[in-house]
Amino acid sequence: MPHVLTRSLDRSATVFLMAVVACGVLIPLSNLLLPAGSLFQVPTYLVSLFGKYVCYAILALAIDLIWGYCGILSLGHGAFFALGGYAMGMYLMRQIGSRGVYGNPLLPDFMVFLNYPKLPWYWHGFDMFWFACLMVLVVPGLLAFCFGWLAFRSRVTGVYLSIITQAMTYALLLAFFRNDFGFGGNNGLTDFKDILGFNVQADGTRAALFALSCLGLIVGFLICRAVVTSKLGKVLIAVRDAESRTRFLGYRVESYKLFVFTLSACMAGVAGALYVPQVGIINPSEFAPGNSIEAVIWVAVGGRGTLIGAALGAVVVNYAKTYFTSGALAPYWLFMLGAMFILVTLLLPKGIIGTFNSWWEPWKARRLAANAASAAREDGVSEPNMAE
Amino acid sequence: MLTKVLRNVRALPFALLIILATVLPVLAGPFEDAIGKFTTDDFSDTEEAINAIATSGNPLAFTVISALQDGRLMFDADAKKVYVTQPDGKSIDAETGAPVASVPDSASAVRLNNRLRRSVEAAMSGLTLSSPDAGKRIEAAQSIFKTHDEAMLLAIEGALAKETNKDAKQAFTAARGAILLFKDDATEAQKLDAIAAIRDRGDQEALAMLSDVPADQPPAVTHAVASAIAAIQSRLAIWSAVQNAWYGLSLGSVLLLAAIGLAITFGVMGVINMAHGEMVMIGAYVTFVVQQVIRNSFPGLFDYALVIAVPSAFIVAGAIGILIERTIIRFLYGRPLETLLATWGLSLVLQQAVRSLFGPTNQEVANPSWMSGAFQLGQITITYNRLWILCFTLAVFVILLAMLRYTALGLEMRAVTQNRRMAASMGIATSRVDALTFGLGSGIAGIAGVALSQIDNVSPNLGQSYIIDSFMVVVFGGVGNLWGTLVGAFTLGIANKFLEPVAGAVLGKIAILVLIILFIQKRPRGLFALKGRAVEA
Amino acid sequence: MVTKKLTHEIVKPLTRRSWLAGIAGLALGVAGFSAARADDDTIKVGVLHSLSGTMAISETTLKDTVLFMIDQQNKKGGVLGKKLEAVVVDPASNWPLFAEKARELITKDKVAVVFGCWTSVSRKSVLPVFKELNNILFYPVQYEGEESERNVFYTGAAPNQQAIPAVDYLMKEEKVKRWVLAGTDYVYPRTTNKILEAYLKSKGVKDEDIMINYTPFGHSDWQTIVADIKKFGSAGKKTAVVSTINGDANVPFYKELGNQGIKATDIPVVAFSVGEEELAGIDTKPLVGHLAAWNYFESIKTPANEQFIKEWQAYTKNPKRTTNDPMEATYIGFNMWVKAVEKAKSTDPDKVIDALPGTKTPNLTGGVAEVLPNHHITKPVYIGEIKGNGQFDVVWKTPGLVAGDAWSKELPDSKDLIGDWVGKKCGNYNTKTNKCLGQGS
Repeated sequence: MPHVLTRSLDRSATVFLMAVVACGVLIPLSNLLLPAGSLFQVPTYLVSLFGKYVCYAILALAIDLIWGYCGILSLGHGAFFALGGYAMGMYLMRQIGSRGVYGNPLLPDFMVFLNYPKLPWYWHGFDMFWFACLMVLVVPGLLAFCFGWLAFRSRVTGVYLSIITQAMTYALLLAFFRNDFGFGGNNGLTDFKDILGFNVQADGTRAALFALSCLGLIVGFLICRAVVTSKLGKVLIAVRDAESRTRFLGYRVESYKLFVFTLSACMAGVAGALYVPQVGIINPSEFAPGNSIEAVIWVAVGGRGTLIGAALGAVVVNYAKTYFTSGALAPYWLFMLGAMFILVTLLLPKGIIGTFNSWWEPWKARRLAANAASAAREDGVSEPNMAE
Repeated sequence: MLTKVLRNVRALPFALLIILATVLPVLAGPFEDAIGKFTTDDFSDTEEAINAIATSGNPLAFTVISALQDGRLMFDADAKKVYVTQPDGKSIDAETGAPVASVPDSASAVRLNNRLRRSVEAAMSGLTLSSPDAGKRIEAAQSIFKTHDEAMLLAIEGALAKETNKDAKQAFTAARGAILLFKDDATEAQKLDAIAAIRDRGDQEALAMLSDVPADQPPAVTHAVASAIAAIQSRLAIWSAVQNAWYGLSLGSVLLLAAIGLAITFGVMGVINMAHGEMVMIGAYVTFVVQQVIRNSFPGLFDYALVIAVPSAFIVAGAIGILIERTIIRFLYGRPLETLLATWGLSLVLQQAVRSLFGPTNQEVANPSWMSGAFQLGQITITYNRLWILCFTLAVFVILLAMLRYTALGLEMRAVTQNRRMAASMGIATSRVDALTFGLGSGIAGIAGVALSQIDNVSPNLGQSYIIDSFMVVVFGGVGNLWGTLVGAFTLGIANKFLEPVAGAVLGKIAILVLIILFIQKRPRGLFALKGRAVEA
Repeated sequence: MVTKKLTHEIVKPLTRRSWLAGIAGLALGVAGFSAARADDDTIKVGVLHSLSGTMAISETTLKDTVLFMIDQQNKKGGVLGKKLEAVVVDPASNWPLFAEKARELITKDKVAVVFGCWTSVSRKSVLPVFKELNNILFYPVQYEGEESERNVFYTGAAPNQQAIPAVDYLMKEEKVKRWVLAGTDYVYPRTTNKILEAYLKSKGVKDEDIMINYTPFGHSDWQTIVADIKKFGSAGKKTAVVSTINGDANVPFYKELGNQGIKATDIPVVAFSVGEEELAGIDTKPLVGHLAAWNYFESIKTPANEQFIKEWQAYTKNPKRTTNDPMEATYIGFNMWVKAVEKAKSTDPDKVIDALPGTKTPNLTGGVAEVLPNHHITKPVYIGEIKGNGQFDVVWKTPGLVAGDAWSKELPDSKDLIGDWVGKKCGNYNTKTNKCLGQGS
């Protein structure tokens, strides 16, 4: 493992990790220790907001892993994110216990007023944190495994795969909208009280959740690095660039794809699970195909095929969204967001990081040309080949 | 039981009227009093007035009641006067029938609510049972069939004896049957005849009526009722399947219309155009603008507004399509997934642009008169707008197919699709063909918007609701094949409509999506897959 | 090998540098975020309505209404001698974004009160935020009830102020015996239909005479359902449809009704979510006689309403701009807040919340709206019939004002609950057990 880690950590990765660690430590500390109102104190609402960005960054990493490195464009990754979120949401709902408005110790409020006689079977076990955490991984993972097993085995590729992933998330959206489905319908799960005994609205819990999200991002990043820099990663890139050729060389392409797709879905599930306690609601609109498309756009904006870019893209786009939707700009924010997507695809086809690299690398290469001409190539940040 | 008695009591006056109207001379007094009641603007007064007028036998009764029904009966509360504005624009005094120069401005129309509207209809059916218009007579018979008042038996039999029109005769027979069936002192033979007459009607109402027959009947009658019910039910089951098929065709035509433009841009060019839905929306807004202009400037042409909107929408959406192709998409060829992202951004911009220009609320696009209403085909109702949309869709499809097959542009398009480099070597200006193809696809989406404006909201969100379905249709049918899109759209439409009654609207849709996912596993390239080398490109 | 060594060399100095860069970036970011500070000369009022996405169609008007009310109030000299200042944000029909924006309004912009939300889910999403940060939300839309929160004031109708009177009207006036409860599948129709079902059964309506149907959001193909309604309605008994179909789906629904020839005299449809704004998108001639139940109609002739409409059309510079029920609810809520602030002589949320119950303000239809201890208000109920010009003709109204029930009396689990923020300081107080529920055990 140490060997894998050193090999996978190049310089930009180190900078990235340091920045995440700095955020994960400094923001909570500043929020908790500095007096409110001081210039460097991070208000609690920003902690939650940044926490949300970090969760999106994990989702972006998951998408980049399959799209940037394996050429699988999933337009339904929001589904895995939401499923993870629902698993965590169910745990949080069960934690409310008798503090719901009807004071029913077993049934969540929405079940009381929709006259559920008893807890549906699939809600059992979610009162235990470990079980919920397991489900956060298992449910999206299992769905991804089944879906991928069917799709990759019958060699559904390219836009066909993209469209059926969209069909999948759309079907789930409709299903979760149904009140009979037992997940609270359109209102979803909300009004959470506490997690592991800590009040979800307390500053300390928020800070801890933020730090946890950063940790999640770091772990996710390391896993992705480990995957893409290993031999497995090379095969994935080969699949991305020439699937048929890889298959003819004797690799079981579908197994590789299935593995990375399932892994990515589990990551998305974790992101969703971290997201829910911080935003305080999970509802079917997370399954909306538009959300999944937007997540893909974060990756494209940041730089497809660069893990850092994916995470950065998620933060940049969502920051822009937060910024544009307030104040005088509010009526025009869709213009700006839309224009941003168009301009990025037209002018920065490799995304922010990709473009940065294509300026930076020749310069660096020149500087190091004397003794380490190979450094740039080994960088691990190979330029993605966009051909499908 | 109580309600039946009440109904009978209410209907009694009309029966009397029909008998009396022909016999008695005009009675002064009650009619004038009744007219005065319209001026109080009170629903119960109005109801009394309607009943009194219907039984007054006054020759103006029909004029007044029909004016009331159409909102042409005006009252002036201060002057205690009531006027009728005739359909030709002239006005008369409702009390005397004398022409008046004009209705004063302070007058307003007598208000109705649903209860009064029913009273008016009942009054009208009494008054129109001997109308010269056969359609009106049938309507009157229908409403008597529904109420099956014993009091109307005499009137119906009188009308039946005089009737010469075949359809009207059948309607009267059924109405008479309905009355006899529920008449306590009718003979067994009369009741059996009645059951046969109702059975001939064979619709839902007849079924409901037969199921309502009280149980204390002679065995022969009970038996006849049971067999009539069974016969009607089996007939209705067939009709309900026909109805589902029709609904499926209609839904399929909407899906096809929305998807056919996408089949060109996505299927033929390989451009994933997420702004396709917005082209549909633009088409719908063009329809709105055209209708507005015509409504304000050339009201006489209003029924043709849609005919004018079709080419306008094609041109506007097509021009915007070409503009998009020239400024954005042409830089992204060969990178289909990036066009997805750019066009997604574009769709956000277009939506917000329309929202800023026209406001976020729905715009009213009216159905022209030839697209309103419905006709009855056997036991199913076919609405004209759905029928026209189906015809229109098929026409668009045939024209498009012919265009691709028989015109130079079509030939060039197919050439570029199949092998871009080879086509370029043959001297085809591929970039011009690209722009025109994209323009064509967008233009057709615009035309789809014209049709969809007739059945759906015209709002900035219009396109969003069709984009996913459109992609499903194109992928299900097979990318790059117009026939696939056709078959795909109708298959999905019909499957959806047969599932809906069984599973409900939501589960039906989920089932369709799951079926598409599974189907793609079986045929990874859709129903009509392209074969050959182009596939791996 | 060479690479590995190089990496090590580069990583070391960079570690320190990246820490510094990270901290500097962070500081900048934070400074940028918290740059906006409250201005003491004005009182800030938050407006939390979607201006884009699917709900923009309904909510944009309410944003304009709040801005109009603020403009009017400022012309009168503001509140407590200070001008009001609107802070408009766009939660974009995105529910988590509602919570985020609410938090931003309260923490960053330091608003004194928020007017906002339309859908139940958006209210549920912001609820924890208002409780945590202790601010006030005025919610102006008819909703499913089953809620009474200290920080929220519900100026729209509760089910007993809209649904039940409408059903009563149909039973009495139209002698309806058979009922179709058609709704979009979300919590408002679900709860309303549950309440109506219980109510109808208590009035002796049998199971087979009630048909319940749910459709997804934005459902546009109504052929099958309209045909089913027609079939259900031709069984010999007078039938009516109670529609809780949501916004977007209404236009295709009514178009299909009109085209399939279902007339109001045969099967009347009474809707709870169709107002003047929704009808603006439909040709209403085939729909004449179908009904809607609201607490306000634009066509109601009172001096206050006529003046409101005139000023509103002048403000929006659109002589055709319609008004509707949620607008009146916003109007009432705004005036209530102003009154309560003047009574409390402070904009401090705690003081205003305590001052609000009992506050009375005239509504636009000649009645008086009073804030009740359960944070709902008193309202008249009107039944209107659709006219050919897209307006409603009021055919019936409740004799007096109806007090809003937070908890429905028709549902078994909530019939013993009351909301009382004055005496009991509890939103869900069980009158049987004399306990405030939801406080844990």
